[in-house]
Amino acid sequence: MRLTGAQALIKSLEMQGVEVIFGLPGGAILPVYDPILDSSIRHVLVRHEQGAGHMAEGYAHVTGRPGVAMVTSGPGATNIVTPLADAAMDSIPMVVITGQVATTAIGTDAFQECPITGVTMDITKHNWLVTDAQDLPRVVAEAFHVATTGRPGPVLVDVPKDVSNAPMDWYWPSSMDELDLPGYHPRTEGDPAEVRRAAELIAQARRPVIYAGGGILKARAAEALRQLAERTGIPVVTTLMARGAFPDRHPLCLGMPGMHGNYTAVTAMQHADLLLALGSRFDDRVTGKVSAFAPGAKIVHVDIDPAELGKVRRPDVGIVGDCRLVIEELLGVLGAGEGPDLEPWMAQLRTWQAQYPLSYTQEEGGALKPQFVVETLRDMTPDDTIVVAGVGQHQMWASQYWRFDHPYTWVNSGGAGTMGFAVPAAIGAKVGRPDRMVWAVDGDGCFQMTAQELVTASAERIPVKVAILNNAYLGMVRQWQELFYEERYSEVYLSPDLPDYVKWAEAMGCVGLKVESADEVAPAIEKANGIDDRPVVIDFRTDAFEKVYPMVPAGAANDDIIVGPSQGEGGR
Amino acid sequence: MSPAPGTAPGHAVRHHIVTALVENRSGVLARVAGLFSRRGFNIFSLAVAPTDDERFSRITIVVDVESAPLEQIVRQLDKLVNVVSITELAPEEAIERELLLLTVEAGPSQRQEVIALVGVFEGKIVDVGSDRMTVVMAGPPGRIDDFESLVRPFGIVELQRTGRVALPKLERRSSRLHGVSGNLQAG
Repeated sequence: MRLTGAQALIKSLEMQGVEVIFGLPGGAILPVYDPILDSSIRHVLVRHEQGAGHMAEGYAHVTGRPGVAMVTSGPGATNIVTPLADAAMDSIPMVVITGQVATTAIGTDAFQECPITGVTMDITKHNWLVTDAQDLPRVVAEAFHVATTGRPGPVLVDVPKDVSNAPMDWYWPSSMDELDLPGYHPRTEGDPAEVRRAAELIAQARRPVIYAGGGILKARAAEALRQLAERTGIPVVTTLMARGAFPDRHPLCLGMPGMHGNYTAVTAMQHADLLLALGSRFDDRVTGKVSAFAPGAKIVHVDIDPAELGKVRRPDVGIVGDCRLVIEELLGVLGAGEGPDLEPWMAQLRTWQAQYPLSYTQEEGGALKPQFVVETLRDMTPDDTIVVAGVGQHQMWASQYWRFDHPYTWVNSGGAGTMGFAVPAAIGAKVGRPDRMVWAVDGDGCFQMTAQELVTASAERIPVKVAILNNAYLGMVRQWQELFYEERYSEVYLSPDLPDYVKWAEAMGCVGLKVESADEVAPAIEKANGIDDRPVVIDFRTDAFEKVYPMVPAGAANDDIIVGPSQGEGGR
Repeated sequence: MSPAPGTAPGHAVRHHIVTALVENRSGVLARVAGLFSRRGFNIFSLAVAPTDDERFSRITIVVDVESAPLEQIVRQLDKLVNVVSITELAPEEAIERELLLLTVEAGPSQRQEVIALVGVFEGKIVDVGSDRMTVVMAGPPGRIDDFESLVRPFGIVELQRTGRVALPKLERRSSRLHGVSGNLQAG
């Protein structure tokens, strides 16, 4: 069958089972947009290419399937660089198709030319510049294979316009053997000898902690993790990327560790004699000062990426493999709890939990506390609601005060810290899981970066809901300036009502609501929950002076955790 | 990429040789170089050449293992999709060679001395001008360092080194014998 490169590209995406493309057309990608008209694949027309990238990420987060975005050359391609970097940091499977100027024009500084494979070389798992239309089906198959296997990540396929227009003979690679990836062989099964050594360490530990990272979710290992925790009785911390990987309501769950983790999760790791790191990467936001992190702990580190083992902390036992498979191997060799009694350790943890809970005070008639908004939202929505956050204070409050009892219900930009992530990622999540309620918990600074994608949501009838915790500041930066720069506030004030968020929401086809006091919170959420034919935006006017606690100051040891304003040297 | 002034590679600083078999495609060298700069790994020298299989090239990199642990360098490199396989060689386990091309001041008064020195180091004089000569020399990098320092007082006009290539030293027993003994054990 003779096809054009463009037809072959779309047909290849169909063969991969792609159900939606987030994109925006332009000159160099024009030929590829024509066969979309005849395809079963849904196309969501975004208002800015960054939105397409974050939507694809949100979709991938909640479905586990690769998100697909398509943009044109030059500025279209550079606008999606941030989502690529974001997806690389958080190991999100994403396939980005970019148009490119004709091969004959490459290198001539042609109109809308940008060497996007060079630009994105270091922030993609891999990328391809296709120079022959005949290669397209194979390259698409390779791109999806690389994006979704091993440590998942974003890939980019750059398709020059003349390649899209050129004829080719259709084929589809029927097996892995037809892919040309001689250097790509991710390992998934753990070395049995290392797994046995890990089991021995587990059997000896008196103060063990499971340090669960995003790799648990990538490996679909939440159920295996629950079995491991229950079989061994070992408590679990879930990192920012692993919220929901282990149910918050579970008695063994200690919640989030790290810079804004709760006291018990942070301190449990500091006092542990064994850390079982599963799909986590010893990120600086978790470890604080590395040399002072979990000083007495032996480390068992399981990761599908060999380079993570020993990158930050040398493990006593390092196991390269898929978290689900390795946990299952581990369950196969673990004895039935003949190890030390963990009850003294659990008693210590329960004491800390009782002594240092997360806390805030919503005073009657007082300024609206952002934590109160998050808690009320949590209590008024189904427990499988998908929560999507941007980056900053609101993100931390959402992670701290939501109760995540299901995997794939928390979507955020963890490693890259991309402001503006929430609105488009929520749209992508809703496209992936239309059956679920999707709430973006956003900050006013973040919202202003990508809010225009609500036009996309309205036009495409994607009824996401957005709670803006509007404190009129770039709040996290403001918090640091208050605590560490002697309250010298430099360029952080945004104004509570410029823009007018209600009018803005309405102008974008959404319902806009404003909430200024605690007693208005529940009625507004109830109203929003009842609207399912268009997006809703609620502008919650929250207390600008509220800070995120606990906090481990940047570069400090985790032992120096500041629990709250009453104890903190920097507290108000 | 070049050693610090006064530091001869292979002497004062800890280094290690990493050879990577890579796909022979455009942009692969940029990916390797990009990885090193992004991760803050230092390179002393780098040589790229085709192999006997036209699908692959071999990149020989002399890395500074004080800038990052060798294991981390190798594992990050191995993640590049175009990198097919990696061999690490400690200097003592490797046969290393490097090529030097050098033009030196060699007027009538010092010509004989230069020729003698080149002879001692088994180099070749490949071009002669009225007051200069160009010398080629292949050898272990340390030996080339020695020649370079001895010839320096005459006045080096221009100098180029290729960066080293390396292969593992062979075991003393031949591989065939090794295979036979293995079969005997198995039997």
